[in-house]
Amino acid sequence: MDLFTVGFLTSLLLGAVIAGVPLLLAGLGEQLSEKAGVLNIGLEGMMLCGGYLGFYVAWQSQSMGFGLLAGALGGGLTGALMALLCVWWRLNQIVVGIAITLGAEGATALLHYFQFSRTYPRLGNVDSWAIPGLHQIPLVGQVLFNQPLVVYLAVLTVPLFAWIYRSTLAGLYLQAAGDKPAALDAAGINVLRTRTIAVVITGMFAGLGGAFMSQIGAGIFVPFMTQGNGFIGIVLAMLARGKPLWVLAGALLFGCCLSMTTALQVLGIDVPTDVIQMLPFIAVMLVLLLFGRRASLPAALGAPYVRGAR
Amino acid sequence: MNSQSEQTGLSSPAVVLPSWTKVWLMRLAYSVLPLLIALAITGSLLLMMGVNPLKYYAYIVRKGLFTPSGLAATLTRMGPLLLIAASLIVAFRAGLWNLGGDGQFLLGAVTSSALAPALIGWGVPVWLTLLLAMLAAVVVGAIWALLPGLLKAWQNINEIITTMMMSFLGISLANVLVKLVFCDPNTTVPQTRTLPWEDRLPALFGSNISSGLLIGLVAILAVHWMMTRSAFGLQLRVVGANPQAAIHAGIPVSLLTLAVFALSAALAGLGGAVEIMGVQGNVRADWNPAYGLVVVPLVFLARFNGFGTIAFVFLFSMLSIGSESAARRMDIPNHFTLVTVAVLMLVLGLTECVEQRQRQKKG
Repeated sequence: MDLFTVGFLTSLLLGAVIAGVPLLLAGLGEQLSEKAGVLNIGLEGMMLCGGYLGFYVAWQSQSMGFGLLAGALGGGLTGALMALLCVWWRLNQIVVGIAITLGAEGATALLHYFQFSRTYPRLGNVDSWAIPGLHQIPLVGQVLFNQPLVVYLAVLTVPLFAWIYRSTLAGLYLQAAGDKPAALDAAGINVLRTRTIAVVITGMFAGLGGAFMSQIGAGIFVPFMTQGNGFIGIVLAMLARGKPLWVLAGALLFGCCLSMTTALQVLGIDVPTDVIQMLPFIAVMLVLLLFGRRASLPAALGAPYVRGAR
Repeated sequence: MNSQSEQTGLSSPAVVLPSWTKVWLMRLAYSVLPLLIALAITGSLLLMMGVNPLKYYAYIVRKGLFTPSGLAATLTRMGPLLLIAASLIVAFRAGLWNLGGDGQFLLGAVTSSALAPALIGWGVPVWLTLLLAMLAAVVVGAIWALLPGLLKAWQNINEIITTMMMSFLGISLANVLVKLVFCDPNTTVPQTRTLPWEDRLPALFGSNISSGLLIGLVAILAVHWMMTRSAFGLQLRVVGANPQAAIHAGIPVSLLTLAVFALSAALAGLGGAVEIMGVQGNVRADWNPAYGLVVVPLVFLARFNGFGTIAFVFLFSMLSIGSESAARRMDIPNHFTLVTVAVLMLVLGLTECVEQRQRQKKG
């Protein structure tokens, strides 16, 4: 059997990109927040908020760009709520995260119901930006170099974040906020403000990821549509040990597995989605089991910062 | 766990409870007050949606509590929810975040739904069938937590990631089993064979309430007793409050970690069995009530107290049953329950925050 037909590979890669970009955005966001010491279990909720708001604005304004911006805004607002509760009022991060996820699931489903009743309007196609020259490469050219602008931006964020973490003062502050907040405070940097900025940016990334899912991935908004993508994002961030490149690799791996089913159907092989969906998790669990790869987490992750407390 | 184990703030969700009788009234006030505030907030949300909140709440209470069928449904739903709550209390009090309840629950459900009709078919008496099916669900649930338990105990790999991944795996595996292995050939929709009404968990005292409620109550009270009154529970709470201290006190932390995961997951698996053999009768493909996540806030609201948990599970159960019929009759989707629970959680969290600051001022 010839697995490497053009049709199979194209749909596999295309699907991997479409399914992987939201995971990449969510994972990068979560990584940022974890670096600053805030475990964000509300990622799923932030994706949903961004997904709904983005879809709604795109549908009203007929503009994908406004939609994506609105998605980031929606996620950012949800992130701001989380920052207020967890960073400033020092509530338990896991409890607040679960509350935000549940609340966002309910709220977006309700909003969708009151706005659209039981109809699911579809958005138009997305303009893709072909990169001159590169998009003519056979096979991969169309898939990798003829995508909406936001895909390139998402991928470019990976080296950008890596650079910020490694060689800028902002990266150092983030790291300190998560590892030894008291030291950051002593250096005259406001820990709470640093963490707040991190959590809001996390929300914006997750919201953008959600908006990508509803506007570009699916073209429609369906209640509960993120289906655990936010939680996969958390897993990716924890496994990546603070390295943005690993988030990208993980997002592509999971994206490939998620798109494998449709790709196999192109070949006429009918494998239940569920079997394929198990693959990435089995792979990661095996890696953990064999190599005992610890997720190296910041020391102060999950702990609210209280000035002067020991 | 060893000397170089990571000490993150995540490692201790356990709360050390102060002496009982003295603070009981205070705690009641601190639990009821946020409830009222949360109802006020969700009420104003309802107003914004053009719904009379008083009418809505009255309808929910009437449908979930004051009609015979509603009350029976509310009490029946409590069974599996209480088992999941018990599962979470064991883990959280021991400082371990078992967030994989959904996978354990579903695998328990599929196991029992596959085993029970088969056993009945072989002529096994009903009581033994139910017992064996529940036992199988318990074992499968516990096995599903073995890997996260081992990885946590000996490699100190964060259990939030591993239990969540095992949960996703479990949900997919449950679907695969339903669609490919235990599928009833006589139906067009993929689902497991249906357990006939007369072979399910018996109803209580001639009513429509499933005896699953009784199993749930026994489980949560047993867990409450174990965690607060037994030496084993004390050891678990020490591990939860301060793993380093537990090592120095000579407590076998690794073994206890494994035991906690096994016990917690076994209870979640039992919850799945009780839901199937008491309510559903079969598992449909892609069925996932996702109880795992909604029970987490309830357990926190009750501060891991068994009795408080019963109260909150009852409340949630009534809310969800009532809002399901409100969705049909008053045109408000039952997703509103999720919003209510979220608001409740946040308000309660804030109350706790205020409470703590007041205590700090006094001290």
